[in-house]
Amino acid sequence: MVSGLINENPTVYERKERRVRTDSTNSDEFSVEPIDQLEIFDILFFDFAFINIHHIRDIRDPEHPYSLEQLKVLTEDSVEVDDLKSYVRVTFTPTVEHCSMATIIGLSIRVKLMRSLPPRYKIDIRVAPGSHATEAALNKQLNDKERVAAALENPNLVEMVDECLSPSFE
Amino acid sequence: MAALNNLTEHLEAFVDVTRSPTHHAESLKAIATSLEKGVLSINQLVVEMDMYLTTTDDVVRARGSILLLAEMLDYLKSKPLDNAVVHSLIGFFTAKLAEWRSVRGALSGCLALIKRKGVAGVVTAVDAEAVAKSMAQSIQVQSLALYDRKLCFELLECLLEQYPEAMINLGDLMVYATCEAIDGEKDPPCLMIAFHVVELLARLFPSPSGPVASEASDLFEFISCYFPLHYTHTKGDEASIPREDLSRGLSLAISSTPFFEPYAIPLLLEKLSASLPVAKVDSLKCLKDCAVNYGVSRMKKHYKDLWPALKDALYASTKTDLSFGLESLTSPGFEMGEIHREAVNLLQRLVKQDISFLGLVVEDIRVNMVFDTISRYLRYEEMLDTSKLEVLVVSQILSVSARSSVESCNIIFETFFSRLMNTLGIVEKTSPGDLVHNENSTVSTRLYHGGLHLCIELLTASKDLIPSSEECTSTPESAQQSWCSIVNRFSASLIEAFTSAVQSSNDDCSADAYLGVKGLLAMGMFRGGSSPVSRSEFEKILTTLTSIIAANSAKTVKWELALKALVCMGSFIDRYSESEKAMSYMAIVVENLVSLVRSSHCSLPHPMILEATSEVCSTMPTYVEKMVEGFEEAFCSSFSDFCVNGNFKSIENCSQLLECVTNKLLPRLTEIDGLEKSLVNFAISMWNQIESSIVFSYDFNGREFVEAAMKTMGEIVGVASVDSQNSIIQKAYNVISSSTLPAMESIPLTVAALEGLQRNLSTRDELILSLFASVIIGASPKASIPDVKSLVDLFLVSFLKGYIRAAQALGSMINKLVTGSGGTNISTDCSLEEACDIIFHESDSSKTICGSETFLGKICLGFCGSLDLQTRAITGLAWIGKGLLMRGDKRVNEIALVLMECLKSTNSSGNALHPSAMKHAADAFLTLMSDSEVCLNRKFHAVIRPLYKQRFFSITVPILESLIVNSQTPLSRTMLHVALAHVVSNVPVTVILDNTKKLLSVILEGLSVLSVDSVHKETLFSLLLVLSGTLTDIKGQQSVSDNAHRIIECLVKLTSYPHLMVVRETAIQCLATLLELPHGRIYPFRREVLQAVTKALDDPKRRVREEAIKCRQAWTSISSRSTPF
Repeated sequence: MVSGLINENPTVYERKERRVRTDSTNSDEFSVEPIDQLEIFDILFFDFAFINIHHIRDIRDPEHPYSLEQLKVLTEDSVEVDDLKSYVRVTFTPTVEHCSMATIIGLSIRVKLMRSLPPRYKIDIRVAPGSHATEAALNKQLNDKERVAAALENPNLVEMVDECLSPSFE
Repeated sequence: MAALNNLTEHLEAFVDVTRSPTHHAESLKAIATSLEKGVLSINQLVVEMDMYLTTTDDVVRARGSILLLAEMLDYLKSKPLDNAVVHSLIGFFTAKLAEWRSVRGALSGCLALIKRKGVAGVVTAVDAEAVAKSMAQSIQVQSLALYDRKLCFELLECLLEQYPEAMINLGDLMVYATCEAIDGEKDPPCLMIAFHVVELLARLFPSPSGPVASEASDLFEFISCYFPLHYTHTKGDEASIPREDLSRGLSLAISSTPFFEPYAIPLLLEKLSASLPVAKVDSLKCLKDCAVNYGVSRMKKHYKDLWPALKDALYASTKTDLSFGLESLTSPGFEMGEIHREAVNLLQRLVKQDISFLGLVVEDIRVNMVFDTISRYLRYEEMLDTSKLEVLVVSQILSVSARSSVESCNIIFETFFSRLMNTLGIVEKTSPGDLVHNENSTVSTRLYHGGLHLCIELLTASKDLIPSSEECTSTPESAQQSWCSIVNRFSASLIEAFTSAVQSSNDDCSADAYLGVKGLLAMGMFRGGSSPVSRSEFEKILTTLTSIIAANSAKTVKWELALKALVCMGSFIDRYSESEKAMSYMAIVVENLVSLVRSSHCSLPHPMILEATSEVCSTMPTYVEKMVEGFEEAFCSSFSDFCVNGNFKSIENCSQLLECVTNKLLPRLTEIDGLEKSLVNFAISMWNQIESSIVFSYDFNGREFVEAAMKTMGEIVGVASVDSQNSIIQKAYNVISSSTLPAMESIPLTVAALEGLQRNLSTRDELILSLFASVIIGASPKASIPDVKSLVDLFLVSFLKGYIRAAQALGSMINKLVTGSGGTNISTDCSLEEACDIIFHESDSSKTICGSETFLGKICLGFCGSLDLQTRAITGLAWIGKGLLMRGDKRVNEIALVLMECLKSTNSSGNALHPSAMKHAADAFLTLMSDSEVCLNRKFHAVIRPLYKQRFFSITVPILESLIVNSQTPLSRTMLHVALAHVVSNVPVTVILDNTKKLLSVILEGLSVLSVDSVHKETLFSLLLVLSGTLTDIKGQQSVSDNAHRIIECLVKLTSYPHLMVVRETAIQCLATLLELPHGRIYPFRREVLQAVTKALDDPKRRVREEAIKCRQAWTSISSRSTPF
């Protein structure tokens, strides 16, 4: 692990007021509610924590106790989804250009989505253009099936990913 | 002697430190009881304890003896003791105070003795003085442990409270001792007592040359260092004293004596200027206490500093968003924080206490500037935030000051009101009745929002100052009430201004309407005869508001505001019983609205008129009477209008009116006196109206109206007293006997006759029949129903013709009839047995049974009659059965048997039963078991035997189970499962839990059978809920664990149930719950479950997907760690 924080003093943003679903009282039994942007965002953030519903579980930045949303690493707009084509793309923005944690963040997002979306989905994780020093390499690494699978066979990495996905008690 | 032997034993036990505290307590108790009973005297005890009291072993002496003696005395609080004994004991303890090893025993001994009251032998003043002296001289409080410190403070408190004279003699010594004791104390319970001690001291030495006066600065220094209180350790110490209490104690201590004033007020003002909210709140509270206790002359010195600080606190604690909503019509309209509230309290206190403080307010430059600010902006939302703040705070300051006293109100009105009126361009009335008209003068009214707000605040504040009518006579109406005359001079123009504000408002801006209505409301709420608003003006206000209500054609904010204002005024009149105003209110508001209800053509939609009328009229009983009268008339005229002219609009109005009665009036029955009587009259006049309209010239299929009428009628009967019920029933019976319905009674109960019947009742008869059934359903068992036998006949025939309401009425009747031979109750001419005889009408034998041999049973089983007749009979039988079941009658068993017979695929004669009949029979079990909304419930006075559901459950379930095993066709099997599901899902869950083992397999089978057809989806869901209830409970755990494989198999299937989303959702939740089972039991199924849940991740419904994610996560975590997804 790195000694000392890479970004010691990140800018913390206030959480944006969450968009509330208006069609929640959909009474039609057979209408289809496609998976949309907000739902993916909710999967990533608003955890339907199984054990303890009262705590909000977020994916956490491995360096800071703030959630990725507070650091604006992820926003609702950074999620693109097409239910018909079974395609989702998440673009995230590391806090500093040379953030070595970007791979872990990307991997966490991928694992969370793999666990929560139907298998038909193709998941594409990207770093926001211009936000990271080794952008191309990073994108390649995060979307290489073999490398992801290999990474997840490494118990240390899996532990870190699980740590990121674990509940933060606020 | 035995007592003495025991005593030594107990003493030994108590002295021994190695024994447990419970042991100590026991021996203590034993000695105390023997003392109390008189077996042992104190003298004897002391003699016996001689050795322990004088031993050189410090521990034994301190603990064993002295503490024992002290605790003993605490036990004997109420036992009379000899004065000599008390004297010697207190002398002993006083001496022991000096010995630090035994200080705890000595302190508690002194405390126990000092606390003694009345005849039981008390400590003399001289002894008390000695205690105090010894304590002051020999005890260093702060060097003691926590518990001992607390004892010290308690002792001080007790001495000061009980021996004030003795303590006054000691003078300085007590003050010094207290100062020394408090210095450095940090524990809340001790501080609480310490603060009280300071308070007591201050009370004992009020003279300016006394010790408290001379030591004020030191004493204050010791207590002021705690201000503002702040707990460093917030958690873990629950037994401790809450911060609020301690802070209150400190505040009382600080404000206890005027000698603290030179030190306290500057300190408090300094803390008030701090940024910590707690400090602000505490300072404001404390300043208020100080203002009360220090007196005007001392406070006066600080006014110059106090006022700006107070003003700043108000400015800092006010938010600028003023609400123009409905809910803030009776409140200030903005949020009040704690600081704000305390600041307001302080200001009010200061002004009330000393009118000269008001001088500062009146001359304040910021207050005077506000008029410029007001006239700069017309609309509130145009204002800058600073200006909004200015207006709100100044309004608050002025209104609070005005509210404080009549004098201050006069000053405020004299200084500011005319100026405000000038700014707003409101002119005063030159002579009574003569108004300077706006168009003649150059000044016209300018409705600045800020100004209106200020004006309303002032008016609202002043209205509380009007004395109630009794006080009014005692105080002469002198110049005291000069504010009244000022308001009086402007009242007419003010009302006009507010009216124009309301009228000028448009829909997109509610501020105008809000301010206008609130202003009118403020003007209308002046109490009593000395009100500045004359009666004609009051009436004008009412007229304006009423016209707003009548004129609008849609539900706007304005309309709602006006309605709420009228309701407020109505309840205000009722609360202060203002008879004159009540008359005006009646004449203007109530009558107008009621006449609107009556007239069939007005611009306002009918439901809105009804809402307005019912809201307004429920404020006073007399209005309610008037309203129900109006409703009656409206109902009659609309109904006859419909009958004669066929106006469908009127029948719609009728049903709306009835709905209004049911939904708005009936729930408030207990609140409004006399409503019951009016409603009964209403019901009777409904019958009258129906009776008189003999011909319905237009046929109508107004189900809505019939439904509404039945509901209203049933509920009115349900809430009415037995006497009123009787009169309604009598009326209804008269109507029914004059109709063509009695002809039906004579129809013989034969298949041929019944086959010939169609649904051939006329519209009117149908209405009468339904209404009459409702009356019977709502009647209580005590009400007398005439001619029961023929009514039973009537209902029997009509339900066979397809009127379900008749079946329900019959069930209700059966439920409430008196049992027994001869009838103990004279009012009924028919007992339950006789009624049953009529219903079940044996075909051949004379035995009284109601099983399959009866006529009705035969129809149900399809031996005779058409399919329609069969299904009707089954439904009717279910309702009759329900009536019997609820009263706990045995006959229901046979009915249940008939119904179960219907569920078999063939009847006893070998004929196949029609599927539709079987379905009806299965649904009959739902009727039997579920709680009905429409009849046979508590509201309608049903006779309900406890545990009737459990009884039915235990009778039917075994039979149904065996029938399921032996069922011949899939259809019959499904139907039996449906029936069983109805029974199982309606019985209390504890019953299920007791029988989980037996039921589980049949429930699982039921779930898989019912999941085949989408028709049974609701039944399936309720059965699934039963299953989910058993999963979590400890009682069911074992059998669930045994059947885990079957349960999982069944649930996995249900996760893809296509017809009902909640079924899928619940099934997935159940799967997640199953994880609580032993790991080894469920591990083998993880692959199967994960597959199913993964499929559910792609469910069309979002809620199912969310559950699936949770469930998948949980199940993944039990599989090995190497598969992260």
